[in-house]
Amino acid sequence: MPKLRSLLAGVFAPALVVASLLSVPAMAQEDAMPREKWSFEKLFGTFDLAAAQRGFQIYSGVCSNCHSLKLLHYRDLSGIGLEPEQIKAVAAGFTVPLGTDDQGNPKEGPATPASAFRSPFANDKAARVANNGALPPDLSLIVNAREGGANYVYGILTGYVPAPAAFKMQDGLYYNKMYPGHQIGMPQPLQDGTVEYTDGTGTSLDQEAHDVVTFLSWAANPETVERKQIGVRVVLFLVFMTGLTYAVKRKVWSNVHH
Amino acid sequence: MAGLTKSEFANPVINWIDTRLPIFTMMQKEYGVFPTPKNFNYFWNFGALAMVNLVIMIVTGIFLAMNYQPNTELAFDSVQHIMRDVNYGWLIRYVHQNGASMFFIVTYIHIFRGLYYGSYKAPRELLWMLGVVILLLMMATAFMGYVLPWGQMSYWGATVITNLFSAFPVVGPKIVTLLWGGFSVDNPTLNRFFALHYLMPFVLVGVIFLHVAALHITGSNNPLGIDVKTPQDTLPFHPYYTIKDSVGICVFLIVLSALVFFAPNYLGDPNNFIPANPLVTPADIVPEWYFLPYYAILRSVPNKLLGVCMMFGSLMVLFVLPWLDTSRVRSARFRPVYRPLIFVWVLAVILLGICGAHKPEGVWVILSRVCTVYYYLHFLVILPILGKLERPLPLPESISHPVLGGRGGGPLPGGALAKLMEKA
Ligand code: HEC
Ligand code: HEM
Repeated sequence: MPKLRSLLAGVFAPALVVASLLSVPAMAQEDAMPREKWSFEKLFGTFDLAAAQRGFQIYSGVCSNCHSLKLLHYRDLSGIGLEPEQIKAVAAGFTVPLGTDDQGNPKEGPATPASAFRSPFANDKAARVANNGALPPDLSLIVNAREGGANYVYGILTGYVPAPAAFKMQDGLYYNKMYPGHQIGMPQPLQDGTVEYTDGTGTSLDQEAHDVVTFLSWAANPETVERKQIGVRVVLFLVFMTGLTYAVKRKVWSNVHH
Repeated sequence: MAGLTKSEFANPVINWIDTRLPIFTMMQKEYGVFPTPKNFNYFWNFGALAMVNLVIMIVTGIFLAMNYQPNTELAFDSVQHIMRDVNYGWLIRYVHQNGASMFFIVTYIHIFRGLYYGSYKAPRELLWMLGVVILLLMMATAFMGYVLPWGQMSYWGATVITNLFSAFPVVGPKIVTLLWGGFSVDNPTLNRFFALHYLMPFVLVGVIFLHVAALHITGSNNPLGIDVKTPQDTLPFHPYYTIKDSVGICVFLIVLSALVFFAPNYLGDPNNFIPANPLVTPADIVPEWYFLPYYAILRSVPNKLLGVCMMFGSLMVLFVLPWLDTSRVRSARFRPVYRPLIFVWVLAVILLGICGAHKPEGVWVILSRVCTVYYYLHFLVILPILGKLERPLPLPESISHPVLGGRGGGPLPGGALAKLMEKA
């Protein structure tokens, strides 16, 4: 057994050295990357539903003018705690394409819970034309699609500061301390008081950014809460099985001399 | 060898079948009473774990294939459809995704076990070589599988890796066109990769069958690296190793579950959440973690053809390892010089993995070159010479009498050593 232990140490010691080496470049960026507290990041954390709903309000009121959320359907909003009637009402407020009419002409009409979220532009080209050549990315997976995840997106939304005097800005771009290269094609979308919340929550920029990022984190990983809940049960069961199996193993091996 | 089997099973149905098709007798012989060295440590779990892992991959893969669309227009969204709309689709996908990483973790430990305890040496050379074939097939399968979700890294990884073949003179460009099914990575590429990704695991099943068949001819090695001499050295596989493997499987499942349920994207690349776009190249194209050491070797060589050869060579050298290592002592326990050196080699591989994750600039180039040279040095120079120079510790008489011949541990006289190494 001590042999095995030294062997394992031999394997894992290098692995530890490696892990610490790997974390060096991560630390170098740390000053720029915000360290927000997120309701969903803890091991058993769930989504703060009120925040996610406020975030949905911001998405629909602000971001959806430029960004699509193609992978979502209105019915999915039950995931942030909306009731079926509320979802119906929300969906009915959007006009979406509904295939063709009897004459074969494209038809539009109010969305139903089964409809996909309405996209602001017909295609990428139209989106670029409306945004000075920059393409607003689909936000369905944006939190997963960037190093730093929720903190990064939060950093973008709160990262608009005056450009340093020596910094040469290109026309039509905006200074953002989070964005790689610091010149982003998105005008600052949120300020203090951009929206008005019905639940009386303050509307500082930080609060708004926090809420919309909570919503987008849910949109990117809607299975998170169910996943963790099942995970806890599965792992507990497996730990129990490991104990049981190990006990049986001890019993079976008890008559072997080695 | 025609003729009915004399079956010893009492159950009349089983007996009837077994008489005509002796699968029950075979299972009993190969997995029931099969004599197995009694001194295995937990490193001997990893072959069985790899087998379990392969089954998990095949089962989840088939369910994924039921909802996946191998078409460049649809692939990315169909994967998200699985994640969001298919019942427990996220579970199936995350198990398949993280299962691939676990497969490599398990197999790399399995290979390390072989290196440490000298399981590649006579008479297990062919068994080892089949293992290397398995590793190559696994890599091809994983590479093609990673292309299927059609994210940015899928696309650009496929482009970079398939382009490597163009380095070969004359046939290179033809091979690349064949892989692509056209003039760039595109829909035909995705289609054939899907077909092959579905096929290869079943080829793997076949090669693993041969691997295990060969194992059951030579019998297993063991931590002492000496041959089984008497029945006292062994235990029947069942129940001793079935239960011990079960413990390992439970622990394996805990690790897999921890990844799947609590950190499913930890080992993934954020870029693969962006749909493939041939017009936008990611800042740095990196493969999955289990390919990073080879990728570092590739990028450490300035000449493309040489780099490709060095990369493939780093795996090919494993085929001839049984003849490069000239020491007749199997287990590193009795090889005082080889024992630390194998850890240095592991360290070099890990460092190569880190280099592979960084852009080949500055210190990373130097480090990856040093490690690449050491990787080859270990196999091509150190092992052949070491076998001649090293004075092994005295080997135990047998597995059941692990008492050493004399105290103090001077090496045995050459003749006695050779006698011990003979097959019992
Ligand atoms: C006026 C249109 C407009 C609005 C409104 C808008 N964006 Fe953007 N957004 C853009 C454009 C254009 C880009 C692409 C910028 C580029 O590529 O330089 C972008 C990029 C982004 C990015 C990606 C940054 C990166 O790392 O690539 C995020 C995240 C983002 N927007 C979030 C939001 C959120 C959240 C909101 C709502 C609060 C919002 N945007 C509102 C136009 C807009
Ligand atoms: C899909 C991957 C693989 C599977 C499912 C698999 C399966 C197995 C199993 C079940 C055993 C017997 C149990 C054990 O000794 O751990 C075994 C033994 C062995 N395998 Fe593999 N294997 C795989 C890959 C490899 C690879 C890649 C190599 C080497 C490059 C390898 C080399 C060996 C050797 C040398 C043995 C005999 C070990 C001994 O008896 O000491 N295997 N394999």
